[in-house]
Amino acid sequence: MVEVALRNVTKVYPGGVTAVRDVSFTIPDGQFCVLVGPSGCGKSTLLRMVAGLETITGGEVALGSEVVNAREPADRDIAMVFQNYALYPHMSVYDNMAYGLRNRRVPKGEIDRRVREAAKTLEIAALLDRKPRALSGGQRQRVAMGRAIVRQPKAFLFDEPLSNLDAKLRVSMRVEIRKLQRAFATTSIYVTHDQLEAMTLADLLVVMNAGQVEQIGAPLDVYEKPASTFVAAFIGAPAMNLLAVTAAEAASMAPGRAVPSEGAFIGVRPDDLKLDGSHPGPPAGLALDLAVTAVERVGPESFVYGSPTVGRGEIIVRVPGTSAPALGDRIRALAAPDRLHLFSMAGWRLSA
Amino acid sequence: MQTKRVTFGGYGVPALLVAPQLAVTLVFFIWPASQALYQSVLQQDPFGLKTEFVGLANFRRVLADPAYLDSFAITAVFSLVVAAIALGVALLLAAMADWVIRGATAYTTLLIWPYAVAPAIAGVLWWFLFHPTIGIFAYVLSRFGIAWNHLLDARQAFLLIVIAAAWKQVSYNFVFFLAGLQSIPRSLIEAAAIDGAGPVRRFRTIILPLIGPTTFFLLVVNIVYAFFDTFGIVHATTGGGPGTATTILVYKVFRDGFEALDLGGSAVQSVVLMAVVVALTLVQFRFIERRVHY
Repeated sequence: MVEVALRNVTKVYPGGVTAVRDVSFTIPDGQFCVLVGPSGCGKSTLLRMVAGLETITGGEVALGSEVVNAREPADRDIAMVFQNYALYPHMSVYDNMAYGLRNRRVPKGEIDRRVREAAKTLEIAALLDRKPRALSGGQRQRVAMGRAIVRQPKAFLFDEPLSNLDAKLRVSMRVEIRKLQRAFATTSIYVTHDQLEAMTLADLLVVMNAGQVEQIGAPLDVYEKPASTFVAAFIGAPAMNLLAVTAAEAASMAPGRAVPSEGAFIGVRPDDLKLDGSHPGPPAGLALDLAVTAVERVGPESFVYGSPTVGRGEIIVRVPGTSAPALGDRIRALAAPDRLHLFSMAGWRLSA
Repeated sequence: MQTKRVTFGGYGVPALLVAPQLAVTLVFFIWPASQALYQSVLQQDPFGLKTEFVGLANFRRVLADPAYLDSFAITAVFSLVVAAIALGVALLLAAMADWVIRGATAYTTLLIWPYAVAPAIAGVLWWFLFHPTIGIFAYVLSRFGIAWNHLLDARQAFLLIVIAAAWKQVSYNFVFFLAGLQSIPRSLIEAAAIDGAGPVRRFRTIILPLIGPTTFFLLVVNIVYAFFDTFGIVHATTGGGPGTATTILVYKVFRDGFEALDLGGSAVQSVVLMAVVVALTLVQFRFIERRVHY
């Protein structure tokens, strides 16, 4: 259980492709860090560099006070849960979990105690004699978790561990992973492309894009104050609405905020838009006249898709319940000035 | 009378369609096999003038013959050693080919070539290399103080056919091993590495068990190969000598039948070999059935 620090970490693959560029952040001891980003953003590569499965082209990875760049994965004392679980198919569940301990010459009695304890925690005690092929996806996932926790490592690494599960299992395992991590208080790094997993699991959220860190922070801070249009669009579902506006328009919508003369992006979350048919519009804030192009009724809420009658693009409005307007209706969506996010034309947040 | 049914009305057309395959099997397998069975209960004089039914007398004679039992022992040792060397070398080469990334295709292609060489040619090749007077290997060995003469030394003669036979089979095994190794998911190896297993331990505890089915399959194939497909190699290198030191069973069948003209005894040996093939094939079938689940 240590602090994990990345200092100016860079990965360049042979052939010149830069997968990770100058990434630095520190995960405090016992915290759950989630790396999130679209596929190909370098998040898995970064995790594999921490694990020692990829060489580090530049910079340092430190576990505690120790730089581990030159260390073999075996000597880093970390445990990893793979996307496909990577269970040894020829070994029983028990042997799968005991393998890492046997390799480290842990006494037999101690191995037995730890394996049975982990199996109990994960509710797989009845499956210890089975081979992985006789397990369901969710059970395999638990065995993979068990293999990690019996080791009592310095850090847990998770590489999209839930993406092979069906939607319902994914939710329950997500909750369970969080509980386990809290219980063990082991520093963890979790890679995912699912923003919901990222938001719900993370103490520390790292949003990555094109090999670089886009934003680091507590999940709600990232949600409330996205550092860029990329983060704004990636975190939150449905994505934040983004509109390109002129400097004058921006000034009238969000009075008192500095807007560069070339214009800006206005961002507003679907939740912050309110439908109002009669209201003439507030003196400040955003008012959009929309023609409804699609309606998704989820149950507790509905998502209304509309195209602005002036300008282009598509706007999503979240409406509570199922009382959404019908297709083709003209509606007006309003947002208060303090709910608007302002980004420069280059895509970076203009501080509020 | 013509209908659009997919099944055939009579036996005429289907019989015609399977006829070529049946004919080939009958002429080249069933007929010679039954001839061997028939011959094995007959005794013929060397000139082929008189043939006599003798029942199982040929079997009793051959199976009690020390020369035959000796040949059986030679063959057993030969096939086990060939299989062990061919499998071991192939696995080593495959593990190395799996390791390299650049140039792997060229390397793989080159390693497959020996399989395309006919047994007799392979035999001649090694016969040249190890020839006591003109062979380069024999020359090099003599430099190290080893007098190589497989025409006189029974052990060296045996070693020569083992090397030639194993060399030819390595490429076949290599292809299977490489495919086996490449079918192991990378993440398994990575998981084992994180679990604290070094390369040797990973190979022993993860890779080897996972290519176990391939290894078993190849073991049977290699034994069958050493038993039956090595006639050309023996014929081209040692001719079964010196003495009978390299007279493996298939070679003895030829020698006793066509050189010593003991057709009955030769036929008995063929029948025994047939029984061995049948047994090995059954083992393999059983095994393949079980492997489906893995």
